Amino acid sequence: MSVDLQNMNGGEPVVLKSKDFATDQDVRWCPGCGDYSILKQVQTVLADLGKKPHETVFISGIGCSSRFPYYMETYGMHSIHGRAPGFAVGLKMANPNLGVWMITGDGDGLSIGGNHLMHLFRRNFDLNVILFNNQIYGLTKGQYSPTSEENKRTASTPYGSIDHPVNPIAFALGTDATFVARSMDRDTKHLKEMLAKADEHKGTSFLEVYQNCNIFNDGAFFAFTEKATKPDTTIFLEHGQPLVFGANNEKGIRLDGFTPKIVDLNDSNFSKDDLWIHDETDLIKAQILSRFFDDPTTTENALPRPFGIFYRTERACYEDLLFSQIESATASLGEGDLDKIIAGSNTWEIK
Amino acid sequence: MNTQTLEKEAVIIKFAGDSGDGMQLTGGLFTDDTAISGSDLATFPDFPAEIRAPAGTLAGVSGFQLHFGSREIFTPGDRFDVLVAMNAAALKVNLSQLRPSAAIIINEDGFDSKNLRLAKYGDGENPLEDGTLKDYEVIKIPVTKMTREALADSPLSTKEKDRCKNMYVLGLLLWRYNRTLDTTQKFLRAKFKKKPDILEANEKVLMAGYHLGDTMQEFTTRYTVHPAKLPKGTYRSIMGNDALVLGLVTAAKKAGLPIFYGSYPITPASSILNGLAKYKNLGVKTFQAEDEIAAVCSAIGASYGGNIGITGTSGPGLALKGEAMGLAVMLELPLVICNVQRGGPSTGLPTKTEQSDLLQALYGRNGECPMPVVSASSPADSFDAAYEAVRIALQHMTPVILLSDGYIANGAEPWKFPKLADIPEIKVEFAKQNPNGEPFMPYARDERRVRQWAIPGTPGLIHRVGGLEKEDVTGNVSYDPANHEHMVKTREAKVEMIANFIPEQTVEAGPDNGDLLILGWGSTFGVCQSVTRGLVEMGYKVGHAHLRYINPFPRNLGELLKRFDKVLIPEINNGQLAKVIRDKYLVPVKQYNKIQGTPITNEELYEAAIGLLV
Repeated sequence: MSVDLQNMNGGEPVVLKSKDFATDQDVRWCPGCGDYSILKQVQTVLADLGKKPHETVFISGIGCSSRFPYYMETYGMHSIHGRAPGFAVGLKMANPNLGVWMITGDGDGLSIGGNHLMHLFRRNFDLNVILFNNQIYGLTKGQYSPTSEENKRTASTPYGSIDHPVNPIAFALGTDATFVARSMDRDTKHLKEMLAKADEHKGTSFLEVYQNCNIFNDGAFFAFTEKATKPDTTIFLEHGQPLVFGANNEKGIRLDGFTPKIVDLNDSNFSKDDLWIHDETDLIKAQILSRFFDDPTTTENALPRPFGIFYRTERACYEDLLFSQIESATASLGEGDLDKIIAGSNTWEIK
Repeated sequence: MNTQTLEKEAVIIKFAGDSGDGMQLTGGLFTDDTAISGSDLATFPDFPAEIRAPAGTLAGVSGFQLHFGSREIFTPGDRFDVLVAMNAAALKVNLSQLRPSAAIIINEDGFDSKNLRLAKYGDGENPLEDGTLKDYEVIKIPVTKMTREALADSPLSTKEKDRCKNMYVLGLLLWRYNRTLDTTQKFLRAKFKKKPDILEANEKVLMAGYHLGDTMQEFTTRYTVHPAKLPKGTYRSIMGNDALVLGLVTAAKKAGLPIFYGSYPITPASSILNGLAKYKNLGVKTFQAEDEIAAVCSAIGASYGGNIGITGTSGPGLALKGEAMGLAVMLELPLVICNVQRGGPSTGLPTKTEQSDLLQALYGRNGECPMPVVSASSPADSFDAAYEAVRIALQHMTPVILLSDGYIANGAEPWKFPKLADIPEIKVEFAKQNPNGEPFMPYARDERRVRQWAIPGTPGLIHRVGGLEKEDVTGNVSYDPANHEHMVKTREAKVEMIANFIPEQTVEAGPDNGDLLILGWGSTFGVCQSVTRGLVEMGYKVGHAHLRYINPFPRNLGELLKRFDKVLIPEINNGQLAKVIRDKYLVPVKQYNKIQGTPITNEELYEAAIGLLV
């Protein structure tokens, strides 16, 4: 077992480093898995933000990504398939002061656990959800997942998948998540920034991370993550900034009514002033952005895939409302007299 | 007019009408008044699964059965002395259960041609006119018409006026049993405080029904049932789910911890959620989850955080919770799962009672997954059973299943309720950091095999839990074969050792050895008691033992079974406890099983028992 460094050093505060958030357990993901990067960035961000390990809890479901809590030197629960939201919200209602992170995958979160994710988002508990999307079932050895592309040939779809894939960002926006963002395992700087922003948000933060499964779905996201193609296939969203992309920021997105169009800024017809300015608080535009979902390897003039914060808003958190209801009930009714409640309103004596 | 008053030892009344006629309320209010009059009593509400089945049909009949008396009452009774039939369908459904020369109070307005047709009477057939009822005392009253007349000056609509007609019947019955209107009026005034027109109408109709007794010539007799000789003390009337709620809240108070109740609405368990939701000012947190699975998971999450995690459901929901309950066994966290059983399998008979989830409770999970099972025997007993379930969960760090059923949940009886000060504390301690700086071992155990409750937020106790097999002591993930077997045996031993912390089995009626032991569990308590007492009075050597603890069994149970020549296990299922007892004690038990969605009657159990004695 590891020890809680927070309490060493004679009670003096200790500045924690990334490695202080790592456990002594051997990490058992396949060598080369994108999960390693996400683990490292999470450990770094928690250290950078000065989080206390004993006030932090990681809760996961089942799947490769869900082994995550075993590798975090914090409290943690590796629960059952798809149900991490249930445990996480129960814990938040028992102790709202804990920093709770929920780790899930495309199968865990969007297939078996899709129902729970929806209700987590609409209730808006103050916790962070990281969904590792590798578009495959890894732990069961290579079946297609709810985010797999159509026609995908896998162990369970030898003739190609006939499932239409779910769009995680559109799902989150459609179920009223209050913070919706996307990042990737191979852009560690961006990933760290998104993790910090997710943690900063009060309410349920949803961060989808494109994660490479180098065994069963190697290169699923290479079009977005590799240097040669990334500039033309991705667009990095920044609040208040125009939507530009390309190796030299030579391309932009303009809204023609509700239709996004790619424009060439080297062409004299359009300048940056004509472009769509990203506004994280605009739900309608976020929903249009979530539909930038073309596959650049098969689609000509594909819209670039957005990364960053699609949408962010403030709404009361469920646990705060629960505790304020308890407070106001106690204030108006007083602390209940249990003896009186047990006796009820009609009693009689037998002498 | 000359009215005589006769004394009665016990009376069984059945209120029956359309599901919209307010029979449950009428029965409930008459029960409240009966309870306050000091009679012992038992009730049996019986209603359709549909909220408003088509009016006037046989499927839509809702009934409320009350048995009260000056002696001890253990069951709602087999055959009615009085039937209130608000329409033709209500009469038809209940006619076969009347005792000879019973009284039938009939709402004539519920017997027009439409009502007769809906009740499947043939053309021109009318039970009020064709001699069907000649052996009974029939009292025909045009209740709907009289109600409207009493409310001639009321500003209410006809529909609203008609809704008051159950008060007319209630008023008449209160007169018949020599009661006052005080309790009912008190209830009405509280309920309709903000609706003066409706309050006034209900009171007027109640009064009109009461006065009918004084004015109508057919009514020559009033009846008095004296108070029962119950143990001294202060009593109230209580329904099973309400007692269960109070038991949970009381146990939480005695443990000094908040309740977290995560649940999903399901008949007949929903009133636990509704009941607990009212007690926010007692620090009770309720969470109506998106489904049964999320409900139990949230309760486990809350237990992980140091609250008393509780979930409640009925059979289909228990099936859905199975995987999460297995996780709770692995995590070794406190959790109470209340299962109010109903007829199964699948959706089954949602509003009818059954005891058919016992095997599911004991064995219905993947892997070797032992879990204590505690059972409530009657409405009032649900309080004690709930307290015990919480106590065992907290003190032994384990999920506990609390079994009740639809008959207990909706039934009512007098309850000599306890004072908070007389209920023992439940001592609970969270794990603390080792002062000597030694690392915390989450799966180290005490002599009862119980691990410590280490809650997130505590410095020095950081650890991970999960559903993968644990290494002994450290709690790290382990695939070691010998360790797995050791952990399976350890979890089993932990549950078995609870037998050292529960009372030994007692015999609740009759001698503690002899010719026949009637061994029951759950809602058959009343019928087992009354039949056993009857047989003992007849001179038979019959005992009745009733199980509260079904896993583990009390330590002395095997020895107790062997003191009787024969053992009879009556159950509202196909023989589930019988299976378990045979397996564990190799005793050739006899079964009596009834699987009709209704309680076992005295006649039925008597026949089964006497057959083994002569």
